[in-house]
Amino acid sequence: MPQVTYIEHDGTAHQVELEEGLSVMRGAVDNGVPGIDADCGGECACATCHVFVEEAWLERTGEPSEQEASMLSFAATAQPNSRLSCQITMSAALDGLVVRLPEAQH
Amino acid sequence: MNAPVSYDPHADAWTTPLDQLDPGNPARFQDDTMWPTFARLRRDAPVHYSTTSPMFGPYWSVTKYKDIMAVEVNHKAFSSDSGFGGISIRDRPKELQLPMFIAMDPPRHDDQRKVVQPIVAPANLAKLEGIIRDRVCTILDGLPRNETFNWVEHVSIELTVTMLATLFDFPYEDRRKLSFWSDCATAAPEAGGYIDSEAKREEVFAECLAYFTDLWNQRVNADPRPDLISMLAHGEATRNMTPREYLGNLILLIVGGNDTTRNSISGGVLFLDRNPGEYAKLRANPGLIETMVPEIIRYQTPLAHMRRTAVQDVELGGQRIKAGDKVVMWYISGNRDPEAIEEPERFIIDRKRPRQHLSFGFGIHRCVGNRLAELQLKILWEEILKRFDRIEVVGEPKRVFSSFVHGITDLPVRIPG
Repeated sequence: MPQVTYIEHDGTAHQVELEEGLSVMRGAVDNGVPGIDADCGGECACATCHVFVEEAWLERTGEPSEQEASMLSFAATAQPNSRLSCQITMSAALDGLVVRLPEAQH
Repeated sequence: MNAPVSYDPHADAWTTPLDQLDPGNPARFQDDTMWPTFARLRRDAPVHYSTTSPMFGPYWSVTKYKDIMAVEVNHKAFSSDSGFGGISIRDRPKELQLPMFIAMDPPRHDDQRKVVQPIVAPANLAKLEGIIRDRVCTILDGLPRNETFNWVEHVSIELTVTMLATLFDFPYEDRRKLSFWSDCATAAPEAGGYIDSEAKREEVFAECLAYFTDLWNQRVNADPRPDLISMLAHGEATRNMTPREYLGNLILLIVGGNDTTRNSISGGVLFLDRNPGEYAKLRANPGLIETMVPEIIRYQTPLAHMRRTAVQDVELGGQRIKAGDKVVMWYISGNRDPEAIEEPERFIIDRKRPRQHLSFGFGIHRCVGNRLAELQLKILWEEILKRFDRIEVVGEPKRVFSSFVHGITDLPVRIPG
């Protein structure tokens, strides 16, 4: 199965194997990775599964949709490499993906 | 109280013909008998059209969690604009509409919201934590022992106005004006209270605006500071607001910071009193505060609904909603939807996914202050557990005549000790 590495704000890394087709948010929530709240459960309707995608992966994870971009625009800690992890779907091409978590979700 | 309509609060919600149901009737919220109407609608007519309301005219009710979510994320079809009627079930006369960013659509909404958003950024919340704890300790240490008092007055209101005064950098000695203005902004003239007409409400608004205009003038002539007035006065999208728009956004922030957390503070005391098993769990493991706080917010649902207006024809839950129709998302019902939340009728402080609730709304209008609200409740319960063995509710709560603010005005309690 493809792997994702989540790096908490304090630097703690978590490697998770994630079935293709599931979201990167799901991988964190189902495996107890702290720092992803996912209040809306994956509807792209809050911004509490916010992650920073490592530079090398930005192209492969693609552009946020209009809805996602507007939710992200309200996240105080947003940066150009911000994504909502519920909108990144795992695939073989993303095997090895690295995402960093912001200091808090809101 | 002058009831505006004839109704029978005990009419069986399960036998009344569907087309006669008026789920937004505020009298039902005041006597806490609205629950079976929503259970009926979720089962028999999840997207329901009511034409019998004498107060609100015709409106759609969306009562199931997933349908509410569908409306929340479709802000192109479902407008929040005050020009169409804004965000609550009651239409205000055209000339009295209040522009505020919650009642705007993109792009104006986005621009104005971003001006105040930094007040709840993680770094600022961390700074506020110490201030909140100080104020909570002062309030709790001043409470009487072995005598009955109103928890709402002494704690819920006091704590939320204190918080708001801090966020606005508002003169502390005048902080109770904030809760007065908040109550006046949401009061139904039919409720029999101080606000008995829109004219009276406008008088209060004028007083509020005058007070805040002084603060604006002080802040606009000083360097930018991290308080809400200074942020509005210096923000690119807000510094040229009309006085009416300034007032609208103030009322939004005042109500948003007052009426909501206030009622979750009161609700928490009531729910723990009525669920001694859950209270025992909490005493045994104060770490459960973390998951209890969102559960309190779900169970109370301090804002019972948000309203939208369809700006195009949309199909929802098998119903055809037409452009121009009023659409009410009943958060209070979606939060009790068994298809979305397990055993939703029960108050359970250690749920697995406690933040999956509708009380803050979802989509672009999701509550700005959600994490601040949770922080206030968390600190409050941490400090309560350090001080009191228990808080006994010694009488029935009195509730607000409103189907917007789901609130408690009186909660008689006694703290033994």
